[in-house]
Amino acid sequence: MSGRGLKQLSILTALVLLAGYLLVFFWVPMDALEGFRQKVFYLHVPLAIVALCGFVAGGVEGFRHLRTDDRRHDANSYVFIHISVVFGVATLITGMLWAKASWGHYWVWDEPTLVSFLIVFLLYCTYYPFRYAIEDRDRQARYASVFAITAGAFVPLNFMAVRMAQSLIHPRVFATSEGGLPGSMMFTFLVCLVGMALLWVTLVKLELLGKQTSGQVSKLRRALEAEGYGNDEPTGTVGRRIAPNLEAQ
Amino acid sequence: MKSARMTPFRQALGAIVLKDLRTELRTMRSLPAMVLFAVTTFVIFRFGLDRTALSGSLASGVIWTTLLFAAVLGINRIFLPEREEGGFDAFRLAPVDRPVLFVAKAAVLFLYLVVLEVVVVPVFAVFFLQEWSGLVPLVVILLATNLGFAALGTLISSMAVNSRARDLLVPLLLLPLVVPLMIAATGATSHLLDAGGPSYDKFGTWLLVLGLYDGIFCLVGYAVFEFLLED
Amino acid sequence: MSQSENAIRLRDLGRDYGERPALDGVGLELPAGSSLAVLGPNGSGKSTLLRVLASLLRPSRGEVSVLGCSLPREAWKLRGQIGYLGHEPLLYEDLTGRENLEFQARLYGLPAAEARQRIESDLELLGMGRRADYRVSDYSAGMKQRIAICRAVLHRPALLLLDEPDSNLDPEGREAARALIGRPDELRWESEADRPVTRVAVSHDPEKARAEADQVLELTIGGAPVARRAVA
Repeated sequence: MSGRGLKQLSILTALVLLAGYLLVFFWVPMDALEGFRQKVFYLHVPLAIVALCGFVAGGVEGFRHLRTDDRRHDANSYVFIHISVVFGVATLITGMLWAKASWGHYWVWDEPTLVSFLIVFLLYCTYYPFRYAIEDRDRQARYASVFAITAGAFVPLNFMAVRMAQSLIHPRVFATSEGGLPGSMMFTFLVCLVGMALLWVTLVKLELLGKQTSGQVSKLRRALEAEGYGNDEPTGTVGRRIAPNLEAQ
Repeated sequence: MKSARMTPFRQALGAIVLKDLRTELRTMRSLPAMVLFAVTTFVIFRFGLDRTALSGSLASGVIWTTLLFAAVLGINRIFLPEREEGGFDAFRLAPVDRPVLFVAKAAVLFLYLVVLEVVVVPVFAVFFLQEWSGLVPLVVILLATNLGFAALGTLISSMAVNSRARDLLVPLLLLPLVVPLMIAATGATSHLLDAGGPSYDKFGTWLLVLGLYDGIFCLVGYAVFEFLLED
Repeated sequence: MSQSENAIRLRDLGRDYGERPALDGVGLELPAGSSLAVLGPNGSGKSTLLRVLASLLRPSRGEVSVLGCSLPREAWKLRGQIGYLGHEPLLYEDLTGRENLEFQARLYGLPAAEARQRIESDLELLGMGRRADYRVSDYSAGMKQRIAICRAVLHRPALLLLDEPDSNLDPEGREAARALIGRPDELRWESEADRPVTRVAVSHDPEKARAEADQVLELTIGGAPVARRAVA
């Protein structure tokens, strides 16, 4: 992956996001029922969708890691999940703001999507201590992949179960009485969704590039020390890494 | 090929299950603790909720929370002898397909849960329930939920036992994963334990959720287990 | 597999723990039916080598071929053909010695009658006949080692991997154990796979090891704990 491609990707991401939120504020009509606060929808829902897709993609990468035994897939899986957890925090915060604006409470238990999202989020939070608790690198990578697969399968199941458990009082933006979202809203929403997905990809690539760089640095350092240029301190990493270390292939 | 002569699945399965049951009967390391924990928890709920009789969703919440945490006690220990006495290594050297160990441990866990419930659910009924007729259909829900617990518990336990924070990781990983299972189990149970006698509102739907959940995690566990055994 | 083929062939084998190599650049060719002694100071990777050969540990690099199976890819073919005796006895503490062996026999799919006969005669050889019905948790270290020896050879493997097999054994025990885990020509059993038995033993006694073995592999501590590979 080259730094230049990343630059172009970042610019594209910024443009699409900018276009999307310009549309949100200056073009899309106000929602008849919810008014201005409904505009959170264009932030909250794309965040949530991208995060969930990222979790599932992390599971797919975990599966590929187990199949091929190629450490790059573990690194992908880790970074996918990591960025998606960050998106998850943003989703929960925007969701709470929306809930406060709409219903006057920061948290509403009758809201199945939000509750499911919380459960998924809690599960993925345990990904970090779980990785941390396993010392051997190969085993850590393999176990993390098993986690990613299990959790990835869990995401859709969980949504189904939670939805069944609750009465549907959520503002069904998609399912208004006649034929779903008006065209202009749908278009704006899709632009925002694409923008958010691009942001996710950009962050993932950035993170992977960082991992690769630090992997190369530590490889170089070890090579230097082997040549006798290093200091005499032990080279074992102090404190453990939970993130996979990518060395140049 | 002669060099790949494998022990038949059922023979290996039987050997491991019998070994575990014999050990448990001899040492009584897991089951009595699980039962005792559950009964004590009922007593705590009696005072925590300040109720002497329960019905509906409260009854279902109390019984399932208790069973869940009692199950965690068993799940924590299910792989302990394999880890500490070298059972994993011995198993990996044997001409046995890896998933056998998963199926065997899940079966043992399932049996533990059945024994736990056979003792503890009647105690719960005696303590709190005025209307007992819901207990018969409850058996179906208990069995379906046990299967999910057994599959997920075995998977999580085998992940946690090879890490540094075993007894911490089991509840941490397991609890979020069993939320849907709990939703379905409590959803079905609350109607079964209604004060006015059992009703079967959404019973089929919940059973379907449980079945789907069981099926998926049995498959996932079966498929990924061998990767947890390698070193 | 023909008998003239090597039981073990290693080329530039290495295994790392984290970033520290425990084993590096090991090469070896061991003909089937012969016996190898592995020597070396503590921490030179002797036990690691044995675990790699047993397919319990994946090699980090290099070529490993054991009984014609290339590791780690074909590790599954090797299952059931290795008699591994490590530092841990691999016995369940809450079962008796005999129950442990019976469990092992079932796991290996041995016919019940034959398994019973083998267990009896092996236990008798090691002087454990009467004491086999105590729980393993009540055993002394030497008794555990004796049961562990029985466990390692119960399925009549084609390759013996022994990590300090004499440890905890008294002189009589050592002598008795030769019939089960001694030099290939001393063994009182034959491998089930119709192959000559190959023996690899880690030892701390150079004199004795050299006298017993056809080949000796001396491991050294692999220099500074850094990888000595140049950057590509």
